[in-house]
This record gives sequence, C-alpha cells and structure tokens, in this order.
Amino acid sequence: MEKVDCIIVGGGLAGLSAAYGLASEGLEVMVVERGDYSGAKNVTGGRLYLSPIRDIYPELWESAPFERPVTRELVTLMGDGASTTLELASDCFATAPYQSYTVLRARLDQWLADQVMEKGGMVITKNRVDEILVEGSKVIGIRAGADDIGADVTIIAEGVLGLLSSKVGLREEPLARDHALGYKEILELPSSVIQDRWHLNEGEGAAHLFMGEVTKGMMGGGFLYTNKDSISLGIVVGMSAMRERKEKIESHTLLDAFKELPQIRPLVEGGTLVEYSAHAIPEGGIAKVPKLFGDGYLMVGDAAGLALNALLTVRGMDFAIASGFYAARAVADAKSRGDCSAAGLAQYEQSLRSSFVLKDLETAKDIPHIMENPRLFTHYPQAVSGLLEKLYTIGPHPSQKLSSTVIGGVRKDFMNARTLKELYAMRKI
Amino acid sequence: MNIEAKLGLDVFKIDKERHITIDVEVCNRVCTDKACLYVCPAHLYEIDDQGNNTVNFEGCLECGTCLISCDHRALEWHYPRGEYGVQYRMG
Repeated sequence: MEKVDCIIVGGGLAGLSAAYGLASEGLEVMVVERGDYSGAKNVTGGRLYLSPIRDIYPELWESAPFERPVTRELVTLMGDGASTTLELASDCFATAPYQSYTVLRARLDQWLADQVMEKGGMVITKNRVDEILVEGSKVIGIRAGADDIGADVTIIAEGVLGLLSSKVGLREEPLARDHALGYKEILELPSSVIQDRWHLNEGEGAAHLFMGEVTKGMMGGGFLYTNKDSISLGIVVGMSAMRERKEKIESHTLLDAFKELPQIRPLVEGGTLVEYSAHAIPEGGIAKVPKLFGDGYLMVGDAAGLALNALLTVRGMDFAIASGFYAARAVADAKSRGDCSAAGLAQYEQSLRSSFVLKDLETAKDIPHIMENPRLFTHYPQAVSGLLEKLYTIGPHPSQKLSSTVIGGVRKDFMNARTLKELYAMRKI
Repeated sequence: MNIEAKLGLDVFKIDKERHITIDVEVCNRVCTDKACLYVCPAHLYEIDDQGNNTVNFEGCLECGTCLISCDHRALEWHYPRGEYGVQYRMG
C-alpha cells in the first residue's frame, strides 16, 4: 500500500487549512477531493469572520479572494403584514482590519488549494474517497476507487454529512434535529447598483438577516449577502421544523415567496440568476461534536459539527480553518515524536478547547435548545412590528399617549406568563 | 423562474450510475410522511403513475437533506463518483 504522512479526506476549508499547515512544515500531505476543483461541492451563505483566524496563517489573507468586507449589518423581523429592520452602520466594522468578509466558496476554496500546492501539498481532485480504512481501533488510511492509500494520520474533513466516518463508527449518522438546510440563489447585479441599494461606499458590503414570516414560522431565517458583482439570497430552515409543520411546504417555494415579498422585490430587481445551490448545516452545537481524535485520525470542520448559529451571527468557516490549523499542528507534533496514536494526537482537542472554537461553542451551548421554540419565528417578530406599527399610526380617532401605547403593547405581547418564561430562558443565550 | 429552470443554470456532470436509490418497497409500506417530497430543495422526488416514489438524481445538489429526513432508511444515498454531480461555479 502506498503511504504518505497525512491523508486529508475532503478539500474544503477545513481540509485545505490542515493541508496548508502540514505542507508548510514539510510533511507529505495528500488532500483527496471529489469535486472537479476545491469548492465545487461547497456552499456558504455567506460570510467568513476573519477576526478569529487572522493570526492563523497571517501571511495568507492579504491575497485571499474575498468579495466585500461587511461594514453594514441589517436584521429584519418579519411579521405578517409588518416588518421591522434594524440597520447598524458602525465605524469599527467600516475600518480595516475588517472583522468579516462575504465570500463565494468556489473561488475561496480553489485559491486555498492553490496555496497548499505552492507549499508542496498534493490536492487530488475528481476523486471520491470511498472508505476510511480501519485496523482494530486505528485508522490506517483510505480507499478511493481501486487505490488503497495509507497514512500515519488521516484527517477527516469530509463535511457535514459524515457518511464515511459514521460508517466506521467514528461519529453518529446525521439527525434531522441537529441540522438545517441552507439554499440560495446568486443574482448578478452591477457593483454600482449594489452600492446604491445598500448605501455602501465602494468595495464595502452588507449582511442582512431575516427572521419570522420568511420561514412561515419554522426555525430558520432568510439571508442576503452582497458580493462584488452579485448578491447571495437564501434561506436556512431546520430539517425537523420542516417535518413538524402541520401544512408542509415544498422548501424551494419558500425562497420564491421570499423574493416576492414587498421588502425584498426592490432589492433583487434586475438581478440575473446565475446559480442555485444547497447544503446541509450542522446546528447541533457542542453537544453534538463527536470524539475529535483517536488512533491515527482527527476530525475537523463540519464533519466534526464545528458550526454555530447564534441568530445574529452565523459561523462555520472560521471554525473550519481554525480546526484545520490546530489539526496540522497536532499531526506535525505527533509525527516528530513518532506517536500518532490517540495519546499522541490528544493535543488537538486540548488546543481546540483553549481556542475560540470550543470556547465559543461552549458559551453558546443553550442556543440550539432555545431556537427550537417556534415562537421565536412567529410571535416575537410579529409583536415587535405590531407595537411599532401602533406607535407610528395616526388614525381617525384621538391618539393615546405614547407611553400608554408602549405599556399596552408590552403588556399584551410580552408581559404574559408564557412570554416571560421564554424571555427568562433566553438569559442563557 | 421555476425550479427546473433554476437547476438548468447549474453545472452538472451526470453519471450513468445513480447515486440515490429508493427502496420502493419500504417507502410504500412504511412511510406515510414522504418528507423527501417537500424537503428536497431541488424538488427531485415525485410519485409516479404507479404510485411509486421516484427521484431524478441528475439534478441533485448533494445537500443530503432527503437522506437525513428519511426516518425509514428507504434511501441508499452516497455522493456521486469523483468528477460527477453538481459543480458549483460560485458556491
């Protein structure tokens, strides 16, 4: 059996980040990617938070093909017939170094694959890994087509579904309740139109999230990110939520309905649809992170459930890149000590625990549970917009005092036992 | 734009070998919900004239939502072979 120092299953951001680290250390590393190129099978909403990973591979980011730095944050709470938008334009987001960028995966991942190859790493595309080879309790390599390839360490970066690792018992099969479906359209628009529509200076970008009516009360939301010459417009919806809704909705029609909303139509007007994509998203939180290492293997990125939907911030790619980085360090270290057993690789989990990756997931441990409450996507967006609607209304009858309207609205929609209990539970997020 | 037209914008390299197979017997006998019919964002599942569930695997976006949502394990689902299936140009 042919053998290399390290095989990486999957050439997405987590796998490529690990490969870059290992190739930089001079190790023999082989990434096996099933797409025609890295990124061919990957989808993001999306934005990458660069702040947490800027110091990881600091030399890399200058040349990265980011779309736009996000300088404007918007969130819309959509009720039925009324919606409220909060727009944050902050100097600190509009000043370099920027905390986050919109990205397109086919571009970003291909670029990172190029950086890996420049460092001497191998990226084999158009090849599907069929099997993770296990001997006793030890992962010894992979099978791809007719080829068995051995490795001292196999880094599992196969993505959210974890089909290969669950087959050999390294993690659970994915469950609906821990996953969301994300899907989107890319609509081309001239750069100048994007800047006009979202009140942006040249080159700057906006991120806009939507909660409420957009998912017809199901857990999830809508998103809109501005790229250089296009926008990414899509929906994230909980897989269980789709099942539990009494009147089933064909998922693809939600996006069409979203585009037709009076608030959205003028934003997408004139856009040319160029691509439609979909991907599963891990949303189980830290409780669903599998065992991260064992004899001869490590798990990184989505395959390890390293993603975090905290309503206003949605992350995964920064975790992927960071976990790849720490995986590379652990493998390089284990190789130098000649111990690629679980004990030799244990440093990987320790470094994730002391980094933002597992710390942020730990901090957010109650969020998945809170988000299971459908009223977060029905009652609250409606109540906020309903109250504001009253405050802005001048009718044929004499008006109430402003304070009476507020108190009346708050009392009706927020001061009941159920809502107070829910708001109390939200203290945990 | 309807869903078929949307899929028509994507690049697919279609394999002769199908990567999704429905166990029609299990699907017919056990499954009442047929979640695949409405969760699939590409709308690939359809009940045919004989009342059997079918899948147009050629337009698969490879998200795996149908697989995750099938409580009865009536789907045999794996990724398409290397270099086949959807190839996102933007992602």
